[in-house]
Amino acid sequence: MRIAGRMVLAVALPAVLFAIWWFATANSTNFYLPPLREILRIFPDVWTGDRLRTDVLPSLLRLAAGYTLAVVAGIALGVLVGSYRAVRAVLEPVLEFFRAIPPPVLVPVIMLFAGIGDTMKVVVIAAGCVWPILLNTVEGVRAVDSVLADTCRSYRISGPARLRHLVLRGASPQIAAGMRQGLSIAIILMVISEMFAASNGLGFAIVQFQRGFAIPDMWSGILLLGLIGLVLSLLFRLVESRALAWYHGLRRVQRGS
Amino acid sequence: MRARGASPAVLGLLGLAGLLALVEALPHTGLVSADFLPPTSRIASALAGELGDSEFWYALRDTLVAWAIGLAIAVGAGVVAGFVIGTVPGLRAFTASTIEFLRPIPSVALIPLAVLMYGTELQSTLMLVVYASFWQVLIQVLHGVQDVDPVADETARSYGLGLWARIRHVLWPTALPYVMTGVRLAAAVALVLAITAELVIGAPGLGSRIAVAQASNAVPDMYALVAVTGLLGVAINLGARRVERRLLRWHQSVRGEVVV
Repeated sequence: MRIAGRMVLAVALPAVLFAIWWFATANSTNFYLPPLREILRIFPDVWTGDRLRTDVLPSLLRLAAGYTLAVVAGIALGVLVGSYRAVRAVLEPVLEFFRAIPPPVLVPVIMLFAGIGDTMKVVVIAAGCVWPILLNTVEGVRAVDSVLADTCRSYRISGPARLRHLVLRGASPQIAAGMRQGLSIAIILMVISEMFAASNGLGFAIVQFQRGFAIPDMWSGILLLGLIGLVLSLLFRLVESRALAWYHGLRRVQRGS
Repeated sequence: MRARGASPAVLGLLGLAGLLALVEALPHTGLVSADFLPPTSRIASALAGELGDSEFWYALRDTLVAWAIGLAIAVGAGVVAGFVIGTVPGLRAFTASTIEFLRPIPSVALIPLAVLMYGTELQSTLMLVVYASFWQVLIQVLHGVQDVDPVADETARSYGLGLWARIRHVLWPTALPYVMTGVRLAAAVALVLAITAELVIGAPGLGSRIAVAQASNAVPDMYALVAVTGLLGVAINLGARRVERRLLRWHQSVRGEVVV
């Protein structure tokens, strides 16, 4: 019963808003605000079939490649920087500077080196979202529990085992926080890099619709981007709650006591 | 522990100097073409040229104006919405799913809509800035309102404090640290979105100046402007941190843990 109640609560407002949108635009003659019915009707035509293969899939692949690259590089460098106090002191201001550069301005810079192909987009995505992952990893590695570190030392746990069981494990909640920030930056950069210079991709397609005044198609693209953002963040949360189950449990116990 | 010898500030300056030296040296070694990465000296002279150009200062002003207005709207709306959702019983559960749904929508998805509705006017930049930074504030305010100490709240109730007095004396001080965190995050996001909008849409500001430099192949100028945006970001982060410490002087987290 309580679960049913919560379900109703969760669905109620979105349903109401959706209904408002549907009825408010039902007879809309405003060129920029087409009826929702129209948008939903063309949605499958626009985004399934050819376009799925030529625009949506390449975008998502580039996103995956860039994000994976950023995660691997961010964690590797972060562990390195976080483990040595001197390295951290030397690099911290430089890293803060790079993090403060708004990622989209990297697009014109990286275009110089990598042209306008897939490489450019993957590099842009990676170069933009690596900073939160890197800096959070540094923080996480630095804040590894000193008792655990000493325990490791007295048991002579070192090398890969120490890295895996102490450093990465201990830093993983922070790393996950960085990865979550990185993911939303990665989606933004996927779209921006394609709006800037591309011959395919989601961002490209949406801008084409807008320039060609195919307004319902453009709206359907905005909806699709929103859905992708939502699904990816849900997926991330699912994976995170699995992988960090021990941490969330620990937090609950600590808070309860 | 050898790092004890030099203070972190000195080491940090060393790191920055190293970066400048690296950028100066790389094009000379031929590893990267100077057409792609000009040496520091040329970027610096381009930067000096920019600083002497009144157009640059207008662009900087446009960016900062868009940033400030957008941030102000987002913070105002986020705080009001957060307090309303947090204090009206039931409203939180009612809106939770909608907030979770709207928040991850990338604000850049709104770019085509902004272009159609406002063209390259300030409003299209504001639309993106406000959308992106609003959620940062709202989420933090909701956390803050939830964090209120039930004993303090019930004490206020039994002394007969009205709704406004409770918001003013119980809720607001509890939520303020969270609000400030939200403002700090939103300030950074707002700058990113302001410059993104200018870069992609072409609204006047630093972003569109970068786009122009890129289109006219003025590579050193482009690097100089990118560096300016980075410095602006650092300045905003540091400034927001200062304001936060200032406003929260009375708070535990700033005063440091009191030994009980």
